[in-house]
Amino acid sequence: MSLLGVRDLSVAIGALMPVDGVSFEIAPGETFALLGESGCGKSLTALSLMRLLPPAAHIARGEVNFDGRDLFSIPESGMRELRGGGMAMIFQEPATSLNPVMTIGDQIGEVLRLHGGRPGRVSELLEAVGIPDPERRATEYPFQLSGGMKQRAMIAMALAGEPKLLIADEPTTALDVTIQAQVLDLLKDLQRQMGMAMLLITHDLGVVARMADRVGVMHGGRLVEVAEAKAFFRGPSHPYSQRLFAALPENLAKPASQPQDQTLLEVDNLAVHFPIRRGFLQRTVGCIKAVDGVALKVSRGGTLAVVGESGCGKTTAGKAVLHLLPPTAGTVQFAGQAVTTLAPRQMQMVFQDPFGSLNPRLRIGQIIAEGMRAQGVAGEVGALLEQVGLEASMVARYPHEFSGGQRQRIAIARALAVNPQLLVCDEPTSALDVSVQAQILRLLRDLQDSRGLAYLFITHNIAVVDYLAHNVAVMYLGRIVEQGTVDDVLRNARHPYTQALMAAVPRIDGIVGQRLLVPGDPPSPANPPAGCHFQPRCPHALAVCRETYPEATALSGSHAVRCHLFAA
Amino acid sequence: MKPVLLWSDALFFLLIAVAVGGAWWGRRQAHLRAGWAQVWTSRRARISAVVLGIFFVIGCVDSLHYRPLLPQEEGKPPAHSVEVLSALDALLMPLKANTEKTYSAPLANELFAKETLDDGSRGFPALKYPGAHVFGTDKVGQDVFYLTLKSIRTGLLIGTLTTLIMLPAAVLLGIVAGYLGGWVDDLIQYLYTTLNSIPGVLLIAASVLMMQVIIDTHPDWFATAAERADARLLALCAILGVTSWTGLCRLLRGETLKLREMEYVQAARAFGVSRLAIMLRHVLPNVMHIVLIAVVMDFSGLVLAEAVLSYVGVGVDPNTISFGTMINAARLELAREPMVWWSLAAAFVFMFAMVLAANLLADAVRDAFDPRAAK
Amino acid sequence: MLAYIVRRLLYAVPILIGVNLITFALFFVVNTPDDMARMQLGVKRVTPEAIEKWKVERGYDQPLFWNGGAAGLGKATETIFYRKSVRMFVFDFGRADDGRDIAREITMRMGPSLAVALPVFLLGLFATISFALLLVYFRASYLDAAGVVACVAMMSISGLFYIIGGQWLVSKIWHLVPISGYAEGLTAGKFLVLPVLIGVIGGIGSGTRWYRTIFLEEIGKDYVRTARAKGLSERLVLFRHVLRNALIPILTGVVVVIPTLFMGSLLIESFFGIPGLGSYTIDAINAQDFAVVRSMVFIGSCLYIVGLLLTDISYTLVDPRIRFQ
Ligand SMILES: Nc1ncnc2c1ncn2[C@@H]1O[C@H](COP(=O)(O)OP(=O)(O)O)[C@@H](O)[C@H]1O
Ligand code: SF4
Ligand SMILES: [Mg+2]
Repeated sequence: MSLLGVRDLSVAIGALMPVDGVSFEIAPGETFALLGESGCGKSLTALSLMRLLPPAAHIARGEVNFDGRDLFSIPESGMRELRGGGMAMIFQEPATSLNPVMTIGDQIGEVLRLHGGRPGRVSELLEAVGIPDPERRATEYPFQLSGGMKQRAMIAMALAGEPKLLIADEPTTALDVTIQAQVLDLLKDLQRQMGMAMLLITHDLGVVARMADRVGVMHGGRLVEVAEAKAFFRGPSHPYSQRLFAALPENLAKPASQPQDQTLLEVDNLAVHFPIRRGFLQRTVGCIKAVDGVALKVSRGGTLAVVGESGCGKTTAGKAVLHLLPPTAGTVQFAGQAVTTLAPRQMQMVFQDPFGSLNPRLRIGQIIAEGMRAQGVAGEVGALLEQVGLEASMVARYPHEFSGGQRQRIAIARALAVNPQLLVCDEPTSALDVSVQAQILRLLRDLQDSRGLAYLFITHNIAVVDYLAHNVAVMYLGRIVEQGTVDDVLRNARHPYTQALMAAVPRIDGIVGQRLLVPGDPPSPANPPAGCHFQPRCPHALAVCRETYPEATALSGSHAVRCHLFAA
Repeated sequence: MKPVLLWSDALFFLLIAVAVGGAWWGRRQAHLRAGWAQVWTSRRARISAVVLGIFFVIGCVDSLHYRPLLPQEEGKPPAHSVEVLSALDALLMPLKANTEKTYSAPLANELFAKETLDDGSRGFPALKYPGAHVFGTDKVGQDVFYLTLKSIRTGLLIGTLTTLIMLPAAVLLGIVAGYLGGWVDDLIQYLYTTLNSIPGVLLIAASVLMMQVIIDTHPDWFATAAERADARLLALCAILGVTSWTGLCRLLRGETLKLREMEYVQAARAFGVSRLAIMLRHVLPNVMHIVLIAVVMDFSGLVLAEAVLSYVGVGVDPNTISFGTMINAARLELAREPMVWWSLAAAFVFMFAMVLAANLLADAVRDAFDPRAAK
Repeated sequence: MLAYIVRRLLYAVPILIGVNLITFALFFVVNTPDDMARMQLGVKRVTPEAIEKWKVERGYDQPLFWNGGAAGLGKATETIFYRKSVRMFVFDFGRADDGRDIAREITMRMGPSLAVALPVFLLGLFATISFALLLVYFRASYLDAAGVVACVAMMSISGLFYIIGGQWLVSKIWHLVPISGYAEGLTAGKFLVLPVLIGVIGGIGSGTRWYRTIFLEEIGKDYVRTARAKGLSERLVLFRHVLRNALIPILTGVVVVIPTLFMGSLLIESFFGIPGLGSYTIDAINAQDFAVVRSMVFIGSCLYIVGLLLTDISYTLVDPRIRFQ
C-alpha cells in the first residue's frame, strides 16, 4: 500500500505542458528522488502535490492519491489541513523562504498551532534539527542565522506538523558542501526516526546516491525512468540517464596537456580588506578581511584551481588579481611585469552568471568587438564565435536569444577576443546543468591545448577541479590553507579542512564510509577566530591552534599546507 | 499673413521630432519592439493611444502660429495684426468669432440671464448664434467648446516640455552619481535632497513669482502678448522640471548602483573601456526603460498640476487658455442661481479624457517595460 | 542610534543652508533691496536718502552673500543672507509685510491645519490600505480588474473637481454641512466633515493602486509560498505575513509626510476658508510677501528633514534586520 500515488499528472501553463503524464508511487518511510536538470518540471510536480501551483499554471489532468484520499477532490479548506500536516515542504533558498520580519520561534509555533502541536515543542524541534542553544535561537530572526541554520529551521518548521511525507525541493543546492553534508545527514536521521516518506528533488546524482531508495528521472516534463537506486547506479537503462552519467566531470576523459615550466602569474601576499564603518562620523571600526595574504602561482598553459566555500574570498581574490578591485596589499606579477593598474590585456575574466555577464542591449557582435576596440586588437568576430562552437552568423543576435551554455561560450569568446594568455574563470559552470557544464569544460580544455591559455579557475566544485586543473589551492576565510598538484590535494589531502571538504562531496558510488563531518558554519571574515581560522570546527585542534595562525609547511616540492599538525 | 514661431512651438515640434526619430531608431531594437508590441496587445492601451493621438494632433495644429494680415489701408504699407493666431483658430474661426454678450447654456437659443429687452420688457434676449454653442458660452460670451480645444495645447505642453527640460539633467546626474560615487555622488545627493526638502508648491510659487517680475520688468523683450504668455508658460515648464527631476534622478542613481556591479560592466572594465563609454553603452541603455516609464507616468501628474497651480495663481499666464484658468474662472459661478455648470463640465470632460488616457497608456507601458511588473 | 540621529541632524544644517540660499537667490536676483524699498515706500518720488534709511532700518544695507569689505569671518557674516538666515535657525521669522509677527501667526494657524490634515491622513491611510487588501485578496478576479480601473479613473480627476463637486453636492443639494468656514473647539466638527471627506476621497485612487502594487510584489515572494505550504489560510497569509513585510516599503512613502501635515493642505484650506497654514501660504503667494514665503519654505524643509529621520527610525521598529544592527 503506497502513501502517495501519482497517476498521469500533467500541468499546463498556457499552451505548454511543462509536466506531462507523470506517474510514480511512494511507499511509507521511503525516499523517492526526482532527478532532472533545470526546467524539466520537478518543482511544478512537487507544487501540484501541495496544490500550490503559481497562478499561471494549472493541473490539466491526472490523479493524486495521498494516504487513501483523492487530493484533487478535497476542498481548499481540507487541503489546508493536509499542507504542513500530512505533507510538508522545504525549499531551495533558505534565505528567502523564511519570513524576514518574524522570529524563528513564531514561524514554527504557527505550524504547531495550526496542526495541533504543543507550543512548547518549538525548542524541542530546533534541538532535533541540531540548532544549538534553541531557546535563544527561537527568539531570533532569520537574518541572524547562517544559511545552514536557516535550512535547519525550515526543516524544523516542516517537521512541526509531523507529516507523513516530506517534499524537499533542492534542499541543499544553495548550501556549501560541508553544510550540505550536515543537512543531508540530518534529513536522513530524522526520516528514520519519524518513519517519514520523502520526495527529494535534486539535480545532483551524488545527492541521489546518498539519499534515495528509488529514483525517477525527469526530462522535458516526462518521467523517463523509474528504478531502484542500486540498480540505477549500477547501470541506468534510459539513454538520457546514461548521458547524465557520461557528463559527470569525473567520467570525462582527461586529455593530458602539461603546463610549461615558466611562471606566468605570480601573486604574493595579496590582501583585500573591506572597511566596516560605524558610529557617528562613520569611522572605520574594523574590516572584513575577504582576502588576507594570498600567494598564488600559475604557469604558462597551466590551470590553477582555487577551491573553497562561498564567502571564503575566491571571487574577491580573482578580481583583485585583475585589479577590478583595488588590492589592500600585495603584489601581482604577470609575465615578469608588476601589474599595478586595471586592464592588462593579457588577463581577462569569465564570470559565473551567464545572464548577468552579457549586456542585454547589445548584439553579440558588439559585445565581442568591445574589447578589441578598446585594446586596439584586430580580429574577426565570426571566427571567434566558431572557435567557441557557435556560428559566425549569430553576430547580429541579442543575448536573450541564447541558452545559458551558449551565453557562457559568448563570454569566453569575448575574453578571447583580445588574445589573453590567462583567463580568470569565476565559477563559469556553477549556474549550468551537468550536461552543459561538460561541454564548457571540454571547450576550456580544448582552448588551453590550442592556444596555450592559462587558467585561474575559481570553483567550489571538486569534481570539476579534478578534470581541469593541474594545481589546486584550497581557501578558507581569506587564506590558502593547502596548495599542491591535483594529486597532492585531491588524493592526498593533509589539511583537516581539505579532508572534510573532500569527504563532504556526495559521490555517485554512494560511499559514505570513513566520513569526517565537520560541525558548524564557517565564521564571518569580519570576526575570524583567534589562531587557526578552522580551529572551532577542527576535529584535530591542538592547544597551539587557538593561539597562532600556522605557517606554511612544505610537505614536498609541490605540496604545502598551513596546519600546526605538520609544523616541523 | 506672417508665420510666428513661438519658443514653445519650436520645442514642441522638436519634441515630436525626437519622439519620431526615437521610434524610427527603436524599430530595430528588439526589446523596444517587443515592449511596444506588448503594449499594443492591450485594447485599453490602444484606445488610450488613439485618444491621446487626437489630442496631440489638435495640439500640433494649435502650435502653427501666425499673425494675420490686416486689411490694407490706402497709402500705407501692409500691416500685420498684433494678435497671434494659430491654424486651429483659423479652422475654428466660426467658433472663435461667434461670441455672445455673456453666459448662455449649451445649445441654448437665448442668453442665460434676463435683461431689459429692446421693447422695454424683461426677458431672455435671443442669441446671435442660437443653438451654435455646444458647450454654451462663458461670461464674456466666448464659446466654451473653443476654449476647451485651446486648453489642450497648454496641457500637452506642460505635460511634455517639462519632462523634456528635466530629462537630460536627471539622466546625466543620476547615472554619474551612481557610477562614479565618491564626492560627485555626495554632491549630487546633497543637491537633490536640498531641492526635495523645499515644499514643491512653495518653490514653484516663489520661482513663478520671480519669473513674473522679470517678465514684467522687461516688456521690450516681447513683441506680442502671445510671446509674453509663451515665455511664462515655458518658465513654468522649466520650474516644474527643476522641482521634479529629483525623483527620477534618485531612481536612476539607485539602478546605476546595481548595474555598476553587473558582470558585463566588470567585463568592460577589465578590457579597459573608459568610464564614459561604460556609462553610455552599458548603463544608459539599461536604465532607459525607467526613463520611458517615468516620462509616461509623469505626464498626467503634470497636466493635473497645471490646473492646481493656475488656481493658486502661480500657473500659466491668466490670459493663456488652459484647463486651470477655465476652472478658475468658472468656479465662482457655481454659486449663481441657477448654476452655470457648463464651463466646468466641459473642462472636466476633456481633462479627464486626457489624463485618463495618459494613465492607462502609462500603465500598459509600465507593465510592458518594467521587469518587476507582475505579468 | 543616538549617534546616528545626531549625525543626521548635523547633516540637516547644510541642507537648510542650501534651502535658504536657494530662496534668497530666487528672491534677490530679481528684487534688489532698492526695489524692495521703493515698493514699500510707494513708487513715486522716493529720495535716495529715504531708500538708504529704509535699508539701514531693516538691515538691507549690506551686500547679499559676500562682504568683500569686511575683515575675516565678517566677509561671510556681515551680509544680508547671514543675518536673515541665522535668525531663522532659532525660528525668529520677523514680521510679514502687514506688520504681523510671522512666528505667532504660524503657531496660531497650525491647529486648524492639523485639524484637517491629520484626519485626512489617518482615515486616508486606513481606507486605502483596506481597499488595497481587498483588491489583493480577490486578485486576478473581475473585482480586482474593476477596482484598478476605478482607481485609475479616480486618479485622473483633478483635486479641484473633488472639492468643487463635493462642496456643491453636499452643501447645495443636500444642505448637510456649511459650505465653508471654521470655528474653534467642538463646533469645528461640522466645518471639518466635508473637507476631511473630500481629502480622503481625493487620495483613494492613487493610494489604493500604490499599496496594491506593493502587496502584489510581496505576495510573489518565497516566504509567502512557505506560509501557504504550512497550511495557513489566505486571510492569515495576507494579514500575518504579507502585511508586516509590506509595511517596510509603505513606511518609506508614508512617514516622510507626517511632519509636513503641519503645513496643511493648500487647496482644501483655501476652498473651505480654514484659517490654517495652507491658506496662509496661498495668501502670502498672492500678496507676494517674501518674508512669509521664506519662513514657510524654511519650516517645510525642517519638517521634511524630520520626516526623513522619522522614516529611518520607523524602519527599526518594523524591520528587525535594521533594529539589530
Ligand atoms: N564590496 C564588498 N564590501 C564588503 N564586503 C564584501 C564585498 N565583496 C565581498 N565581501 C565579503 O568578502 C567575503 C568574500 O567574498 P567573495 O570573494 O565574494 O567570496 P567567494 O567568491 O569565495 O564566495 C565575503 O564575506 C563577502 O561578504
Ligand atoms: S592548525 Fe590546528 S585547528 Fe587549524 S586545521 Fe590544523 S589542527 Fe586544525
Ligand atoms: Mg564567488
